[in-house]
Amino acid sequence: MQSIDLRGVTCPTNFVMAKLELEDIEAGTTVEFLLDDGEPVKNVPRSLKDEGHKLLGLQERDGYYVLTLEKGEE
Amino acid sequence: MAEQKVDLKNLKAGGFIKERGKDLFTVRLRVPGGRMSVDRLSRIAAVAQKYGKGYVHLSVRQSIELININFADFDAVVAELGEEQQKVASCGARVRVPTACGGCEYNPNGLVDTQKSALDVDQKLFGTATGHHKFKVCFAGCPFDCPKSAINDVGFQGAVWPKLDADGCISCGLCAKSCTEGALSMGAGNKPVFDAAKCIYCGDCIKVCPTGAWSAEKKGYTVRIGGKWGRRPLVGTLYATFVPEERVVEFIATVLSWYQEKAEGAGRVRLGDIIIREGWQSLLERLRVDFPEYVVKETIAPQVVQTQLPLPGVQA
Repeated sequence: MQSIDLRGVTCPTNFVMAKLELEDIEAGTTVEFLLDDGEPVKNVPRSLKDEGHKLLGLQERDGYYVLTLEKGEE
Repeated sequence: MAEQKVDLKNLKAGGFIKERGKDLFTVRLRVPGGRMSVDRLSRIAAVAQKYGKGYVHLSVRQSIELININFADFDAVVAELGEEQQKVASCGARVRVPTACGGCEYNPNGLVDTQKSALDVDQKLFGTATGHHKFKVCFAGCPFDCPKSAINDVGFQGAVWPKLDADGCISCGLCAKSCTEGALSMGAGNKPVFDAAKCIYCGDCIKVCPTGAWSAEKKGYTVRIGGKWGRRPLVGTLYATFVPEERVVEFIATVLSWYQEKAEGAGRVRLGDIIIREGWQSLLERLRVDFPEYVVKETIAPQVVQTQLPLPGVQA
């Protein structure tokens, strides 16, 4: 599974980077994003959900989070 | 490369805020002190017309917000606004664009040049990462306090301390009549008597005096710290009086460094809540080092405003 590391990237740059990365990925593919605690983990999943992607899971891992999602249709 | 599609540098200071619709963002523009030239306003209008929704929103903190901007147009919007003349504002845990009233060049109530202070702070501190939460600064020119200094993290309010030249006084009594705070009354010798404890530094006595017998002994800013509105409002309290206009940036920087240090590890917490946790003495002592002649002897914690029932600890 493709993993995109957005740790250390502040809002909203992390969300825009996630969007740009998702543009090159086919719908239906599962991807994971690494997100910092705090604002990023609160904002990025919510914004990606708004964009029509399917959130599959969120797991804490040593001080950061792994968000798994399935890319939605355009 | 995906990165080439949008220049991520433009996003660094914030100001691009996600909207509900797919691909859509609000672009918040930087308008320090709420003042803008008509030329720039028409440029913004043209950009809003071309890329936006057909209207702009005036934020409650004096920014112009372009609505419904597609993220693919970020770079074009930034370029067409003119990067040097019109910068994008901030959001997130940063020093925000300072707000200010109209200032003293044309407002008869104004005591200090709030517009100059707002520009100064904008140039030197705008976008500084706090590490914790937003950080709001405002400048009010007089005690009417239109920008609401007590609900900013650091709020400034223009102030003058009056002095009387008794020989120049013609005993007209206008100053006593104009002093709505009751700090002035006409004494036995038919000269005004000043009750310093009641003075709120508005300067009405100076403005109304027909002979110039009342003048400003000192002038600067009253400073309140620790305020915020939002879900859990706090009213900021008095930390300093008559801070000179030229020391405002340095004063804020000191508060900011205290906040950055004391809130370490506390997460998304505003300055006022950190003051409550650490005690007002701690911040006051830090400020006393560099501003001994301006900080007050003591203050009180930011005041909690209960806006919702049941009150904590009270049975519903």
